[in-house]
Amino acid sequence: MPALQPAATPAPWKQVLDRPYEAGFITDIESDALPPGLDESTIRAISARKREPQFMLRWRLAAYERWLTMTPPTWARLQIDPIDFQALSYYSAPKSLANGPRSLDEVDPKLLETYEKLKVPLHERARLAGVAVDAVFDSVSVGTTFREQLAAAGVIFCSMSHAVEHHPELVERYLGTVVPVGDNFYAALNSAVFSDGSFVYVPAGVRCPMELSSYFRINARNTGQFERTLIIAEAGSHVSYLEGCTAPQRDEHQLHAAVVELVAHDDAHIKYSTVQNWYPGDAEGRGGIYNFVTKRGLCAGARSHISWTQVETGSAITWKYPSVVLRGDDSRGEFQSIAVSHHRQQADTGTKMIHLGRNTASRIVSKGISAGHAHNSYRGLVKVAPTAVGARNHTQCDSLLIGPDCGAHTFPTVEAARSDAVVEHEATTTRISEERLFYCQQRGIDAQEAAALIVGGFCQDVIDALPMEFALEAKALLAVSLEGAVG
Amino acid sequence: MTTTQDHTAVLQVQDLAVEVAGRPVLRGVTLALRPGQVAVLMGANGSGKSTLGLALAGHPHYQVTGGQARLGDADLLALDATARSRAGLFLSFQSPPDIPGVRNNLFLRTALNALRQHRGQAQIDAYDFLSAARAEAARVGLPEALLGRAVNEGYSGGERKRNELLQLALLQPKVAVLDEIDSGLDVDGVRAVAAMVQAQRERGTAMLVVSHYLHLIESLEPDAVLRLDAGRIAETGDVALARALAREGYRNGSAAVAQAA
Repeated sequence: MPALQPAATPAPWKQVLDRPYEAGFITDIESDALPPGLDESTIRAISARKREPQFMLRWRLAAYERWLTMTPPTWARLQIDPIDFQALSYYSAPKSLANGPRSLDEVDPKLLETYEKLKVPLHERARLAGVAVDAVFDSVSVGTTFREQLAAAGVIFCSMSHAVEHHPELVERYLGTVVPVGDNFYAALNSAVFSDGSFVYVPAGVRCPMELSSYFRINARNTGQFERTLIIAEAGSHVSYLEGCTAPQRDEHQLHAAVVELVAHDDAHIKYSTVQNWYPGDAEGRGGIYNFVTKRGLCAGARSHISWTQVETGSAITWKYPSVVLRGDDSRGEFQSIAVSHHRQQADTGTKMIHLGRNTASRIVSKGISAGHAHNSYRGLVKVAPTAVGARNHTQCDSLLIGPDCGAHTFPTVEAARSDAVVEHEATTTRISEERLFYCQQRGIDAQEAAALIVGGFCQDVIDALPMEFALEAKALLAVSLEGAVG
Repeated sequence: MTTTQDHTAVLQVQDLAVEVAGRPVLRGVTLALRPGQVAVLMGANGSGKSTLGLALAGHPHYQVTGGQARLGDADLLALDATARSRAGLFLSFQSPPDIPGVRNNLFLRTALNALRQHRGQAQIDAYDFLSAARAEAARVGLPEALLGRAVNEGYSGGERKRNELLQLALLQPKVAVLDEIDSGLDVDGVRAVAAMVQAQRERGTAMLVVSHYLHLIESLEPDAVLRLDAGRIAETGDVALARALAREGYRNGSAAVAQAA
């Protein structure tokens, strides 16, 4: 019989997606965890375990008080099962790290093995070149590589806990200045209970000599991960930072509520890239990470430049809007995103560009890919304040649909207080074209590879914006995420 | 050409019937091609010429309702589109689609390596591929810059056709169906088609060339000219048939042949 499919069933994308989540293994390790539940004593316990200075504890408690008065946001196009915040544990650390991260040579081999399996080897001599890594396991940092080499250039790259202990003046000065504790429900929760994350400080005029990278891993059951990252780029400095994430395959949802703050002074450039591959849940929507993240950069200085590039393939639900506040004159903000959702995944993601300074420019490129029963929403705000003389924005929003049961939604908002603002918006929605697929197949390329080619082409502009090492990983991840989507 | 049991044939199509969206288009097409043979397929608009190529190549909208098609030892109709290509069938598209964001050289190399893997040949690396692709691109008159651009995106009609010729040259099929390869091509382009068909013929590729353009047909020196009418091969002849059809039109096809003979 001729191997022909009816037109309604785009044939070849099917087999691929049902491949198992490769990062889904569990590390069997003894943990020091706080019992589930959240009250003031939980916060005091976290702070005590981390030997924090008084200002930090006060800050956390203030955030907690604020959080108690807030409710979860409901404006996103997401269906979220209610979260029992008293059923979560707010702190879990491998016992071997009870006294804080030591030298990598002393780290429990099981932890090193975990990262080896995730292809993030932490031994410096094992690394090819040029990327320093801070690895965060559940609530704490396992270790940071290349710290000495970076220190020689004056760059501080360490875990947030280390920074609170050793650079309290910087933390106290900047923490919460870009994302205030009361910014939103999840940011307030994070401010109260954050456990670890990465800290970067690049002094004036320094071009960070290597890519900095954090790798976040949730392992423990019923544990929320609340990491906090702060990057400060002094005048004329330059830094590129990469973030990767995975979690074991578990049947229940896990909460990840992070806050990332970036501060760029005059002429500084921060490039922040994320490849997010949290466990997405299974085909029926069981399990998977709730990824509720607040990321914001402040272009504080003149001619400063912040760019967010993200490849979001994982998580059951993504609620995330990496934003830029363009306060410095002539500052630039960019947001470039690929969001893939398959099966029952939901993604509501986008950005906010807040133009305050003169001659500020922002650019948004969003590529949303939906397959299976997934829904993908782009939500963006471009705001031009009365002070923002000569503000410009260009937004391009492309959606690719694979199969008949998924959806793409676009919610762009423009609030322009000035008539001279130039705000442009382009949006396209396409289905994966049978003609293109057939053309590839006619040339001997099988359907899965053809699908990967076509999706890769759809995302090419954003992939080109990623650092080289991540671009390859992102392409591979895209192919895996859409396995089985065609067929 | 239309004998049904030609054991030396590389492509053998018998009584092929095809429907598109429930409407019969081909109603029993029979033809055979031996290696290196070139047949020209003519016929009025809607007579089923493009349908024949797309159905043989396994396009999902073309439903085969009867008949057989073999390429060498392979039962084409039992294979999916990819496997038909790997068995050695190449279709030059009348309107080749674009693939936004996918660089032409990546696309071509992916295709070539997929075929090479199927043939048990080593993968060709990016460097060797590029020098081969550049040489062939020059031969078919495709600007080299287009190798680095997205597949067919923003190409002119003629450039798309030259890109099809480039693929034919690189992929080296056993059987090629060229669907109006000359439409959109300038004089030099048509010459490049004739040269390519000649080169392919010498290496043993059998070709079915759909064209209305007498000048091209004559320069191909085809082994046969077939006229498709209402889903069947209505006439078989040589270049004289093409000349008569060009002169008299398809509606008077049979009469034209009578006059020409």
